[in-house]
Amino acid sequence: MPSLDPTFAALPLRELAEAVLAKARELGVDHADVRSERIREQSIRLRDAELDGVNESVDSGLAVRVVHRGTWGFAAGTVQTAEAAVRLVEQAVRVAEVSAPVNTEPVVLAPEPSHGEQVWISSYEIDPFDVPDAEKIALLGDWSRRLLAGDAVSHVDAFAHAVKENKFYADTNGTFTTQQRVRMHVALEAVAIDEASGAFETMRTLAPPVGRGWEFLRGTGWDWDAELAALPGLLAEKLAAPSIEPGEYDLVIAPSNLWLTIHESIGHATELDRALGYEAAFAGTSFATLDKLGTLKYGSPVMHVTGDRTVEHGLSTIGFDDEGVQAQQWDLVKDGILAGYQLDRRIAQLTGLGGGRSNACGFADSPGHAPIQRMANVSLQAAADGPSTEELISRVKNGLFIQGDKSWSIDMQRYNFQFTGQRAFLIKDGKLAGQVKDFAYQATTTDFWGAMEAVGGPETYVLGGAFNCGKGQPGQAAPVSHGCPSALFRGIRILNTVQEAGK
Amino acid sequence: MTALYSPQQLAEKALELSTADAAVVLVEESSTANLRWANNTLTTNGVAANRRVTVISVVNGVEGTSAATVTQAGPTAETIGALVRASEQGARAAGPAPDARALLGPDDAPGLQGVRWDEAAVATDIEVFTGLAPALGESFEAARSAGQLLFGFAEHSTVTTYLATSTGLRLRHDQPTGKLELNAKTPDFVRSAWGGAQTRDFADVDVVALAAGLSQRLDWQKRKIDLPAGRYETLLPPTAVADLMIYLYWTASARDAADGRTVFSVPGGGGGTKVGQRIGVPGLRLWSDPSAAGLESATFNAVSTSSSQASVFDNGAPLTSTDWVRDGVLERLLTTRKSAEETGLPLTPPIDNLLMDAGGTASLEELTRSTEDGLLLTCLWYIREVDPQSLLLTGLTRDGVYKVEGGEVVGVVNNFRFNESPVDLLSRITEAGASGICLPREWNDYFTRTSMPALRVGDFNMSSVSKAS
Repeated sequence: MPSLDPTFAALPLRELAEAVLAKARELGVDHADVRSERIREQSIRLRDAELDGVNESVDSGLAVRVVHRGTWGFAAGTVQTAEAAVRLVEQAVRVAEVSAPVNTEPVVLAPEPSHGEQVWISSYEIDPFDVPDAEKIALLGDWSRRLLAGDAVSHVDAFAHAVKENKFYADTNGTFTTQQRVRMHVALEAVAIDEASGAFETMRTLAPPVGRGWEFLRGTGWDWDAELAALPGLLAEKLAAPSIEPGEYDLVIAPSNLWLTIHESIGHATELDRALGYEAAFAGTSFATLDKLGTLKYGSPVMHVTGDRTVEHGLSTIGFDDEGVQAQQWDLVKDGILAGYQLDRRIAQLTGLGGGRSNACGFADSPGHAPIQRMANVSLQAAADGPSTEELISRVKNGLFIQGDKSWSIDMQRYNFQFTGQRAFLIKDGKLAGQVKDFAYQATTTDFWGAMEAVGGPETYVLGGAFNCGKGQPGQAAPVSHGCPSALFRGIRILNTVQEAGK
Repeated sequence: MTALYSPQQLAEKALELSTADAAVVLVEESSTANLRWANNTLTTNGVAANRRVTVISVVNGVEGTSAATVTQAGPTAETIGALVRASEQGARAAGPAPDARALLGPDDAPGLQGVRWDEAAVATDIEVFTGLAPALGESFEAARSAGQLLFGFAEHSTVTTYLATSTGLRLRHDQPTGKLELNAKTPDFVRSAWGGAQTRDFADVDVVALAAGLSQRLDWQKRKIDLPAGRYETLLPPTAVADLMIYLYWTASARDAADGRTVFSVPGGGGGTKVGQRIGVPGLRLWSDPSAAGLESATFNAVSTSSSQASVFDNGAPLTSTDWVRDGVLERLLTTRKSAEETGLPLTPPIDNLLMDAGGTASLEELTRSTEDGLLLTCLWYIREVDPQSLLLTGLTRDGVYKVEGGEVVGVVNNFRFNESPVDLLSRITEAGASGICLPREWNDYFTRTSMPALRVGDFNMSSVSKAS
C-alpha cells in the first residue's frame, strides 16, 4: 500500500498552521483555515508515435481563508515560511475589509465535529512518478504503433496525464488533515482520412480517467490490449458508415457515454450553490430548485442517483474536504424523485439541508483558489438483478447503441442538452446492424430521464469521469467520477450533424 | 534560511546551473485580486501571488535533439538546482523532438532584447477594488429598490514574464488583464440580462452605468414571445462574435490542417491547406496585433509546451501584426518554424489578441433600428465542437434574445440551442457594424483581448428551444 510522500510529510506544516491560527485569533476572526498543497503533474504527449512533449509541473503554495466580522477573506502565496503565512492572514483580513461594503449576508458555517489529526491516502498501487519517463514514452509509442498499423489509420494522438496531490489542512475547529491522492488519464485517438473525398473521422479509446496509479496501464482495471486491437477496425467501419437518418430512436447508452450526460444533467443540476444562484452569472443555475426537493419528478422510477466522496478509485474521493468535513455518501435522486443536493458548510447552514451538516463538497483545485461547492462522485445505480447490455439491446426494435463520450453542451439551467459519442451502432429488431455516423442526441433533462425504461445490472456498471470539470470564478478545474450501468431510453431525438451544418 | 531571489536572479541561476546543450527559462511573476457576488451580496473574494519557473532543457543526442519542460511554483535559491536537473533528466529520457531547431538569440529579437529587463515585476492587490467595492454596494442598493438581483465577478491580474535563454535572449513582458461581468435578474430568475467589460486597470470601469443599462434590458423582457426552432435573421453582438472567432482561431493550426484533420484542410489529402482560398465575404479582415490600442499583448513568443501550433524551440520569436483573413481570403495559419517549413507558410505563432473588421460603421443600436424582422442576441454560452470537418459548433443563447420588428425591440424570446460553424458564417455575413473592444462571454478565462463588430447573419441555425432562462 502507498504511504505518505516523505518530502511532503517532512514539511513543517503543523508549526506553520499554528502560527496562522494564532495570528487569526489575535485579529479576531470568526473562523480561519489554512491549506498547504503540492500538486505534481506530468503530461506526456505523442503524435504518430513520435514524442510531442513531456511536461512536468509542481504547483505548491499556502492559502489562508478567514471569516472576519461575517465576511470572507482569502489570500494565497507560494512562499511557505511562518513569516509569509502570518502576512497571508493579514492580507486575508484586509480582503475581508475591502469587500465588506459588498457583503450583506453574514457568513456562518455549518458545524462540523473536530476530527483532530487525520491522515488519508487514496487507493493505488504504483506511484506514476516512480516510473521512468523512458518506459512511459516507450509504452505509449508501442500502443500508438499498434493503432497506426491499422489499414484505415492515418494519424494517432496519445497522451498520459498523471497527478499526485498532497494536501495539508488545519482550522480553528481543531481539525488537522494530511492527504494524498493519485490519478491517471490515458487516451489514444486515431484519425482515418478518406483521401478521395477529404472526409475524416476520429475514434478515441474508452478507458476512463481513474483514481489509480501506473498499474492502470499494466492491465489493472482496464483491458488495453483488447481495446487497442479493436479500435482500427471500428474506425474503418465508422469512416465507411452511412450518415444517420435524423428522427426519434430508442437508445441503449453505454456507461462510457452516459457518465457525461449524468455529469451535466444531474451532477451540476444538484449543486445547491447553483440552485441558490451563486453561479448564476457564470456556470448558471438549476431547474432543480430548492422548493422542488422531495417532489420534482427527475426521471422514471428506476432512477436512483447517489452522491459520494467515498467510492474506491473515484476522482473526487477524499477523506476530508477543504473545509474539514468528513467524506460521505447520500441520495440525490431516489425512485425518480429529487432527494438531495451537494453542500458546503455555508449553504448547509443557510438552508438547514443535510441536517444542517455539509456533505463535504467544499473543494479548491489549487492552493491559489478558495474552496467553493464542487461536485461529488455522482452515480446512477445499477439494478441488483438488472439486464445485461445485450438484453437491453434485444428490447429495441429501431434504435442506436452509443459508446464513448465526445461533444457535449447543456444550457445554463441544465434543461436542454446535446451530446455526440465515439461511435453508434444501429439496432434493428433487437440486433446490432452496423455503425452510423454524424449522430447527436438532443433532449430536455427531465424528459430524457423520464424516458429511461430500464437500467442494466451490476455487471454493466463502469466508473467513468473527467479531470477537468469547470466551475467558479476564478475558474477552477476539478476531477470527478460518475458510475453507471448501461441503460435503455425510449423515443429520443437524434440529429444529423452534417444536416445541422446546412450541408 | 531561504534566500529570496528576484525573478531575474532565478533565471540567471537556472541557466548557470544548466548542463544541457541549450536551455530556456521562463519566470512568470503573477498576482491577482477578485471579488464575486450573487443575489446582491458577496460570495467569494481573494488575492493570490504566484511565481512559476519553467525550465526547458535541450539535449543533442545521437538520434537527434530532444527537449523536456518542468515547471515549478515558487522555487528558491536552494531548490532551483533540482528543477534544472529534473528538466535535464526529462530531456535525456525523451526521444528526438520533431520540432527541434536552433534556439533564437538576441539578433533574432531586434528592439526587444533587454528592454526593462532589470525592473521589478508589476503587481496588483485588493486595493485595486477600493473604488469598485463601494460603487457595487450602491448598485446593490439600487437593484434592491428596483426589485432586481445582481450577480457577477471582477478580477484583476498582472503577469510579468521574463524569458532567458542560453543563447543570450533576455526578454520581458508585462500583461495586465482585468474583467468585470455583471448580470441582473428578477428574483424569480426568469428575466436575465448580462454585460461585461475588459480593462487594464479598472480606472475606466463604470459599474453603476453598466447596471443601469441592464435594468433597461430587464424592462425589455417584460413581454415574452415564444418562438420555435428555425433559421432566423440574427444580430450577433461583438461578444458573441468574439466567442465564435476565438474558437476558429484555436483551430487554425497549420500542421493540423496539413494533416487533413481540420476545416482548413484541402479535401483530397496531399497536405494542402486552404490558405489563399476565399472563406469570408469581401472586405472581411481577421487579425492579431500585439500593439493594438487597449489590447496590447506580448511582442515575443513565450511557449512552455510544444503543440501543433507552437514550439518551445521558437521561444523569443518576435510577434507582429498578422492578418489571418484579409479581404475574405484565408492568409495565414498558426505555424511553428517546423510546420512553416512543411507547409510553405511564414512563421506566425499565436498572438494573445484577436480583432475583426468588415468595414462597417454602424453601432449595434443602428443595426437594430435597420432590422425589419429578426433576433438580437446578448451572448452565446456552452460552445462546444460537434464536427471538426466543418467546425460545426453547438451552444446556447443566453441572458436575453430579443425580437426586433420594424427597428424596435418588441420583447424577449425563449433561448435556443444553435448549431453553426464560425467558418461557414464568415461567408454568410450580410452586414457588419463598427469593430470595438469587447469581453468574450464564454472564453474570457482563457482569452480576453478582442475587438469585434456586431454581425448580421440572414439564416442563423437555432436548432432547438431551450427552456432555460
